[in-house]
Amino acid sequence: MNLTIALFGIAREIVGQSQLQLALPTGTSVQQLLRQLQEQYPGLTQLSSLAVARNNEYAQGEELLQERDEIALIPPVSGG
Amino acid sequence: MLIELTDLPIDVAAVLQAMQADGAGAVNTFIGTVRNQSTGRRVMRLHYEAYDAMALHQLRRVAEQAQERWPMLQKVAVVHRKGTLAIGDIAVVVAVATPHRAESFAACQFIIDTLKQVVPIWKKEEYEDGTVWVAAHP
Repeated sequence: MNLTIALFGIAREIVGQSQLQLALPTGTSVQQLLRQLQEQYPGLTQLSSLAVARNNEYAQGEELLQERDEIALIPPVSGG
Repeated sequence: MLIELTDLPIDVAAVLQAMQADGAGAVNTFIGTVRNQSTGRRVMRLHYEAYDAMALHQLRRVAEQAQERWPMLQKVAVVHRKGTLAIGDIAVVVAVATPHRAESFAACQFIIDTLKQVVPIWKKEEYEDGTVWVAAHP
């Protein structure tokens, strides 16, 4: 399945682009996606936290990703 | 419920206007502004970035949670800036209208505290000699 991952803030700067296109096996979990991205972009492992958003909600590690999901990496938030 | 992200200066008077409710005896407002220093470093300006769709969704949820906790809440508004802000600029306005003051303070504080924890908005501080994404690293 093909996934587009939106990147914001420091995650966008670490990866060097605002979107990533990934081809992943069907049934890839949130945790597996995170691990793959952290291996590919080690700067991501230095962050205080790194969450995955799926369709505008924070996703749990065991959730399985679907091709039509809207996925984003959420580095530590600092609004307000 | 007034929930907004904006690239333009926040119109505080308009937010207060939206708090008008006949059953409200208290309007509580939190205004977050850009400070000129952070952990001893002089801040020149701030850059705010948001994941708009999720930020709006999460802001609505925070406002709904406040309404569940304080069912007497009559009106609620959260407006957050994006883009580049100068020292003294308003970054966020939270306002609530309630029958009495105690729940207005509590609901307003709950909303800004929860916003800071869950809403996908990021700020980068710009100093004379560099920039830092706030809270990014331990």
